[in-house]
Amino acid sequence: MKTEQEYIKDLSEIRSMMERSTKFVSLSGLSGIMAGIYALAGAYIAYRQFYQNTDTPLFNTLYPQDMAGIVVSLVMLAIAVLVLAVGTAVYLSHRKAARDKQVLWNPTSRRLLFNMSIPLLTGGLFILVLISNGILGLIAPLSLIFYGLALLNASKFTYDEIKYLGMTEIILGLLSSCFIGYGLFFWAVGFGLMHIGYGIYMHQKYER
Amino acid sequence: MKKIINGLHKAFESRVRLGIMSILAVNETLNFNALKEYLDVTDGNLASHLKALEKEKYIEMEKSFVGRKPNTQYHMTPAGKVAFVEHLNTLETLINSQKQ
Repeated sequence: MKTEQEYIKDLSEIRSMMERSTKFVSLSGLSGIMAGIYALAGAYIAYRQFYQNTDTPLFNTLYPQDMAGIVVSLVMLAIAVLVLAVGTAVYLSHRKAARDKQVLWNPTSRRLLFNMSIPLLTGGLFILVLISNGILGLIAPLSLIFYGLALLNASKFTYDEIKYLGMTEIILGLLSSCFIGYGLFFWAVGFGLMHIGYGIYMHQKYER
Repeated sequence: MKKIINGLHKAFESRVRLGIMSILAVNETLNFNALKEYLDVTDGNLASHLKALEKEKYIEMEKSFVGRKPNTQYHMTPAGKVAFVEHLNTLETLINSQKQ
């Protein structure tokens, strides 16, 4: 018969196996911080280019006739920020996984990605349809809301805390829909400040 | 005390088998390679433990092909689930009784 110590070890082994095989834990807090910094930099560039000349700072509504120039370059800017943020996240997660002797591309990360991409792609396509119809005021609120829903859906397959980030993004998105014209401000808060705050919290909690 | 020991299943004595059961308890199905990654064991070692659990009818496998590569998916049987839960409960009572 085994000793009590061995039974306790058995139990902790069971718990860690259940957790490790269902939750993706290679996500690094640093990637949240970096994503937030990229978003803030992107927001600053957008602000300098498209917002500063208006009478009321922070407020600007794009009209369909601006489409050709501004919207295209704003979308390009947003895509550049997204690619940088995702690239950094993949790189840092890969590094963290290697350190923990885990593989990045495993059933848990696939499940996480699959569950996150459904709301994200739905939102992305929906926003593209809105842009092509010239409905631009709702881009910022909708991107925050769909991103929040994607995080909420993904939270079942990774750190539980990501749920709260998701809910915050949804609330920000709904608020933003009441203040159309302040989209850039809400974007900077949601994608910039929230990511940095969340990243610092996660880094302190799990990587110290 | 006797009853408590009855709840412990001999098949789960090994840490690898306990690991296999824990993983399959929370994943519907999983293939051989994924199990190997999580448990960090060799092919031969894992195969022999899987075979032992299969013999007890605690897990079942399904063979299929992905392209030309064989892909073996494992899942837990209802009997396996019952045995695993019983084992966990017994572990818990054992630890609690020794604490007092």
